[in-house]
Parts: sequence; structure tokens; C-alpha cells
Amino acid sequence: MNRYVIVGTGVAGVSAAQAIRATDPAAEITLVSEDPHGFYSRPGLAYYLSGEIPDKQLWLYAKEDWQRLNVRFVAGRATRLLPGEHRLELGPAGALTYDRLLLAVGAKAVRLPVPGADLDGVAYLDTFEDARRLVALARRARSAVVVGGGITSLELTEGLAARKVRVHYLLRGDRYWPAVLDETESRLVEHRLVEDGVHLHYNTELVEVLGRRGRVAAIRTEKGEIIPCDLLAVAIGTRARLELAQQAGLETQRGILVNEQMASSVPDVFAAGDCAQVFDPLTGQWVMETLWNPARWQGYAAGLNMTGYETKYHHRPSFNVTRLAGLTVTIIGSLGGSRDDDLLTIARGESEAWRFGLEGVTLYQTADVNRLRLVVGQKTLLGALVMGDQTLSIPLQELITDQTDITPIREQLLRADVPLDKLIFNFWQATHPRQRGDQHG
Amino acid sequence: MGKSDSFPKVASRQEVLAAGHIVPAEGRCIQCGICSFNCPIGIDVRRHAWLGEPVVEAHCLTCGECVRRCPRGVLHFEQLKIFGGSS
Ligand SMILES: Cc1cc2nc3c(=O)[nH]c(=O)nc-3n(C[C@H](O)[C@H](O)[C@H](O)COP(=O)(O)OP(=O)(O)OC[C@H]3O[C@@H](n4cnc5c(N)ncnc54)[C@H](O)[C@@H]3O)c2cc1C
Repeated sequence: MNRYVIVGTGVAGVSAAQAIRATDPAAEITLVSEDPHGFYSRPGLAYYLSGEIPDKQLWLYAKEDWQRLNVRFVAGRATRLLPGEHRLELGPAGALTYDRLLLAVGAKAVRLPVPGADLDGVAYLDTFEDARRLVALARRARSAVVVGGGITSLELTEGLAARKVRVHYLLRGDRYWPAVLDETESRLVEHRLVEDGVHLHYNTELVEVLGRRGRVAAIRTEKGEIIPCDLLAVAIGTRARLELAQQAGLETQRGILVNEQMASSVPDVFAAGDCAQVFDPLTGQWVMETLWNPARWQGYAAGLNMTGYETKYHHRPSFNVTRLAGLTVTIIGSLGGSRDDDLLTIARGESEAWRFGLEGVTLYQTADVNRLRLVVGQKTLLGALVMGDQTLSIPLQELITDQTDITPIREQLLRADVPLDKLIFNFWQATHPRQRGDQHG
Repeated sequence: MGKSDSFPKVASRQEVLAAGHIVPAEGRCIQCGICSFNCPIGIDVRRHAWLGEPVVEAHCLTCGECVRRCPRGVLHFEQLKIFGGSS
């Protein structure tokens, strides 16, 4: 009987367990996690914070699902991996031996590197425990400061605003999320934030958190301004949890380097999800992502390979749909970005691939709050951003993911004598006839 | 911040009340459960999205609430062909 040990009960770890159980019914599978809340929707935390769902909605697995999976749980933190001995140490919880092991340990929010950052009332949004704490803090808070960038900083801003907290959002530069958005897109989002009553502070750097009796009372900026607040929410990026991997001698860069089988550089040790760094064929780079579906696919592929059922993980062009200040935004592929001082790394729900500038021509179309940005390559579309109206969200996701040859419309696209959206939509209908039934109107 | 202009246009009430079912698009769902939470008759729509299966439950009113509420455009209405199968 094969013994499998999976460290982490996020979507990557659970998907790996599923794959193992499906291929090796007799397997002994042990899941190790230090999160007492187990497996839940992390992206859903943002909607729990905004009050759109109750907390119980976050758990997607029912008792029967766990019974079917037939795994053993070990609560606690894995402290040391000894690949030579095929052993994983768990501190006070003992040790486990394995035939194959998966690291699905995820990523962690980067801590704020300023004095006062350990005061009570400085909050992050990583885990259910964090979200619950934020909700409790928001109940008592009258005003909050948010620092950081990307999707999570706005989820914090909007979630707190929805809970009637007055929010000051500090930007170190002169616009929101330059790593991925262009200036027009940043302004569209900022405008909505201001309309919603958020206080935006540009070119403002937080240098110190000031406390009273151990609790956050205010923040001080570089210019010496003091902004009183009862809560400081931070989203300046995430980092893969690499402690176990590095100490065990696995090859790492920003994440654990894995091949197409999700195997690490050390025999019988695999990695998947937010902690893994995978090859992206579109950019030709090993990239980090903090995305739910890729974590799920990677976990599943890792699980199959762990049982000896060889399968390749094909990285698809990075994709997410999110809401920025009430505007729905789809981001796909590579767009190229500018310097972003609000983020030290990618935040949650993001991909490094988006920031990559590939050789291509960028085209735009803007109407009111609706914006379409396309990066057109020689033969294919390389990236797209759809803000506001989402009619083109699925069409562009499919055209870019399938690397559809755009030669028939490329010249017309570049001439821009037909509206971009119509051209793309018609081309998608012609090239993806199966999906046509999905669309109405 | 209620003014979300996500994907509601995809299915109007008239459209969804026609014969058909709700289908999840692949690779989009992040399992937040907003769909299940808002289903008036308690269908676990999110479960279908996890499994990549259409909502073919006889009880489904095809009211379109889940389609409208999904923040990520996962759910779509697909009409049924008269002779079975989906279009
Ligand atoms: C607020 C928020 C918003 C998000 N928004 C989006 C979005 O819009 N779209 C999207 O696609 N994705 C989004 N994500 C990201 C998505 O949730 C992650 O990519 C995904 O959950 C990663 O899964 P994982 O299994 O790799 O890691 P995780 O879910 O982080 O799981 C790692 C697990 O390992 C455990 N662990 C770590 N180290 C140890 C150890 N030494 N010993 C024992 N256990 C350990 C942890 O406790 C945890 O249970 C968001 C995430 C958050 C938090």
C-alpha cells in the first residue's frame, strides 16, 4: 500500500487527494494542516468580509465528500522535511513517513515592514481567521487605513466600506495598480472609489503605525501627516511558503520550481498551488500565481503523477475575473505593466504573467466605464483586459486560451475601422461555434 | 458599493424562464457560494460548478438569480434543443 502525505488542505492539496483516491483506491492518504478551519474558499473570504455571504457558505466539502475521499487528517504544522529518509516532522505531533509527498502549503501575506506593524488592529486577509478578525474589528472601527495594491487591497477597501467604516486608501504612487492597469483603467476605478466615499491619498507612504495601549490609533506618513484610524488593513503582496522546501534542499526561486509533472528537484517530493513556480509557455517564464483554478488543476495533476499515472500540467494563459470598485474586470494572458510601489510581490488572485510585456500591438476601446484593451501578437491575441461590460469576457478567454489564429481579422483589427468589440465577438462566434448557445441578446 | 455591473445581461428573466438549464463555464468558479446562498429553493449551484455539471434538477425554477448574482460570469443559461441535448 502506498503512503501519500499532503501538506496543506487548500484547494491544491484537496485536489491532489482526489486524484490519488481516483487512481489508487487502496492508498493511505494523510493530509497535514495547521489551519484549524480546513478547506474553504479563500477567494470567498472577500465576499464574507463585504457581507454578501455568511461564513458557513465558505465550506464547499460536506461530510460525505470527506468520507468518500477517505483521508486521515493530522492537525499541526509540518516543521521539517527529510527527503532522504522520506520523513516529515511535525513538531509535537510526531512524524510521518511517506512514499510520495506533496507540498501544497500556499502563500502568505507579506508583513508590513514599518515600526508599529505588530500592534493590535493591523490586519491581513489570508485565512478565515483573518477574515473573522477583520469583521470583528470593523464592527468597532470608525475609520480604517488600507495600504497595498492589486485586487486584495480593493477587496479590503470595499469590504470595510460596505461595513460602514470610513476608509482611507493610501497609494505610494499616483495611481491604482499600475502593475496591471493602464492609466485610463486606474482612473476609472479610482473615480468609482471616490464616488463611494473612499478617501484616496496619492503619493502617500506610510512610515509608522502609532498605537495607544497596544492598539492601532493612527498612522504617520512620510510627509508627517497623521491619519487617525482604529484599523490598518495591509495587502502589499504574498510570498510562497518556502521554509520546508528550502531547508530540505528543493530548488526554489520565488516558489518551488516544478516540472510539467509537478515534481520538484528532489525525488518523491511534488509541489502545487500558490507555493509552486510553473512554466508558462505564453511568456516562456517560470511564473508565480495566486489563483484558485490553476491551484486546483496543479494539485490534481500532481496527485495523478504521485501515483505513477503520468500526466502533464499545461499552464493556460493566466486568467481572473474580479470586481474593482464595483466594476467587473476580466484579465487574461500578458498585458505588460508599469512600476508598482504598492506591491512588493503579486497579491491574491493575481499572476506574474499579466505584468509581462510581450511583443505586440496594444489596442483600446473605451465607452463610459466600459473598456477593452487587447494585446495583438503576430498570429494570436496575447492578452486582454475587459472592464465593465463583460460580453467579451468568455470570448476573449477562449480566443487567448486556445491560441486561436487571428490572421483572418488581424489587419482589420489594426486598421481599427470596425469597432473592436464587434470584430472580436463575430470572430469568436465563427471560430467557436459550440459555445454559441451560451449567449443571449 | 452595490452597483456591480457584472454579467446580469447574459440572462434576462424571460430568457431563463424558457426551457433550459444553468451551465457553469470551465475554469472560472472560485467557489464563493454566492449562487447557492441566493437560490430561492436552495439548490447547491456552487456544487454543480465545482463538478462542472449543468443544473438539471427538476426543481430549478430557472429564475436566473444565480446567473445574476455570480460575480465572475461563471453561470450561463443554455437553451435545450427540442429533441434533447443542449444547444
Ligand atoms: C482574499 C482572497 C482573495 C482571492 N481572490 C482570488 C480570485 O479572485 N481569483 C482566484 O483565482 N484566486 C483568488 N485567491 C487565491 C486563491 O484562493 C489561492 O490561489 C488558492 O486558494 C491557493 O490554494 P493552495 O491550495 O495552493 O494554498 P492555500 O489555500 O493557501 O493552502 C495552503 C494550506 O497549507 C497549510 N500550511 C502551510 N504551511 C504549512 C505547514 N508547514 N504545516 C502544515 N500546514 C501548512 C495552510 O494552513 C493552508 O491550509 C484569493 C485568495 C484570498 C485569500
